[in-house]
Amino acid sequence: MGTKKQKINWKHWMPFYLMFLPGAAYLLINNYIPLYGLQLAFKSFSYKKGIGGSKWIGFKNFKFLFSTSDAFIMIRNTLLYNILWIFIGMIFGITVAILFNEVKNAVAKKIYQTAILLPYLMSMVVVAYLVYAYLAGDTGLVNNAIVKGIFGKSDGVQWYGDQKYWPFILTFVQQWKQIGFGMLLYLASLLGIDNSYYEAAMLDGATKWQQIKLITLPLLKPTIIMLVILNLGQIFRSDFGLFYQVPMNQGALFGTTQTIDTYVYRALLENNNVGMSAAASFLQSIVGFIFIITANAIVRRLDENSSLF
Amino acid sequence: MVSKDQKRWNIAANIVMTIMTALAILPFILLIIASFTEENTALKYGYSYFPKAFSLDAYAYILQNASTFVRAYGMTIVVTALGTAASIVLTALTAYVLSKKGLPGGKILTLIVVFTMLFNGGLVATYISYVTIFHIKNTLFALVCPSLLMNAFSIMLVRNYFANSIPEEIYESARIDGASELTIFFKLVLPLSVPILATVGLMAGIAYWNDWQNALYYVDDKKLYTIQAILNSINDSISALTSLGGSAGVTVADLPSTTIRMAVAVVGILPVLVVYPFFQKYFAAGLMAGSVKG
Repeated sequence: MGTKKQKINWKHWMPFYLMFLPGAAYLLINNYIPLYGLQLAFKSFSYKKGIGGSKWIGFKNFKFLFSTSDAFIMIRNTLLYNILWIFIGMIFGITVAILFNEVKNAVAKKIYQTAILLPYLMSMVVVAYLVYAYLAGDTGLVNNAIVKGIFGKSDGVQWYGDQKYWPFILTFVQQWKQIGFGMLLYLASLLGIDNSYYEAAMLDGATKWQQIKLITLPLLKPTIIMLVILNLGQIFRSDFGLFYQVPMNQGALFGTTQTIDTYVYRALLENNNVGMSAAASFLQSIVGFIFIITANAIVRRLDENSSLF
Repeated sequence: MVSKDQKRWNIAANIVMTIMTALAILPFILLIIASFTEENTALKYGYSYFPKAFSLDAYAYILQNASTFVRAYGMTIVVTALGTAASIVLTALTAYVLSKKGLPGGKILTLIVVFTMLFNGGLVATYISYVTIFHIKNTLFALVCPSLLMNAFSIMLVRNYFANSIPEEIYESARIDGASELTIFFKLVLPLSVPILATVGLMAGIAYWNDWQNALYYVDDKKLYTIQAILNSINDSISALTSLGGSAGVTVADLPSTTIRMAVAVVGILPVLVVYPFFQKYFAAGLMAGSVKG
């Protein structure tokens, strides 16, 4: 026997390292090799020369990017929509979760939940079709039945032609699609509240509203804080599908519908401007990383079990 | 005794939830009715819940071009089946390794996985590396591989299940019986983990079924189009209808395109609408499992 305190039994562990290989290979291809492509933000890319062979050009891509108004617009839109939706989603999510919990009939509960989750199951392409059925300028239901029908206007509103409507439309669509998930998020911790609190409160003659205000909301507070902080960690990212599909890729709407993700896509694949696209994408990765790390550090200080790592 | 206050809340809750239910479902009903509306009626009066005239023309067009849609459904099914199966195996294997207590370097392996949740190279770097290094443009890999095959959230979810729900003694007795680690994994661990793997598999399956982004980025060969890719291309420009059908000499003006658009969407979502009530419970459970992490 050797004198070493603890000899690692490699033969025992070897199979596990081998089992890790397929997953590691995928992460390498899908996540780690692309990191090598981050240098494109500082290069003048040509498909012929590839990532490594393209010429270094310093910060030129960033200079071009920020010399346009695009940079300001897409960052503003990304941040503002995210912040707005975090709070609207929180309020709706909690309200619907509490009301859903008040429904006592099991069959009704099942029907409500099934219906409310349905939009969340659909792809954004399908959502774009649904929105189009209501908002199409010539054949949309809103123009024909409401604008012309109820208000008696002779012309419909060109919803897909004027950017000022889109903060409202996108907010409505986002909430419509997300509300079922938001409800579940809070329902999970709502169901975790000990029933004896409510029983005691009822013995004391507390009304439902008092119970919500004095028991439910205070006990949900940690969940609310965690979710808000974790969501704030994501505010440099946006749902590409929502911003690309629902406004039907209309250029006239970019002022209120362009986010970092749609800009990166358009510059890369529609306008073939790899340089500026790479600069915006790089910025999103780095700033996004900082946000997430910060959010997690805060969450970890508040409650170790809720952080991502 | 149910108090008056409680009764009032119950009624209010039911009213609000009924309104939410209607809001969630009505758009789908409009879509379906629009697809059965007669073309000129739709053009004149717009899409409506109560159209003046119905017609099956839009579906007749789809039937005429059935091969396009059958092929697209075939692609969707192949991609979803392949992707989901591969995703479950990869996720379970990786999670299993991370769940091993005492594995030398286990912390580093966990970090390799978790880091991908925090930092991501972004679309440009990912796209260029997939296209110039791996040459996946217009291949089946393009629909299966990028971003959807495995994700760190699912791995950690499954890892925690393995670590907390499978007692260590089971492994020990299997080892004494001379089973190899791979046998233990496939014959013991997987069968014991059906609930969590079904959850993860369902989520992966939905992600593949719904995916249109990989097709948007990496595929322009129409033979590889999934049903979502077709929906996307028609959404992008209704003239895609004519090129998809492959019927030469037909222009959009000849087609009942206002209603076909909706009929194609109905064909795209119908299977999901039909099976959804049956897996709704698992879908909700999957979302909840993901939300309360670990």
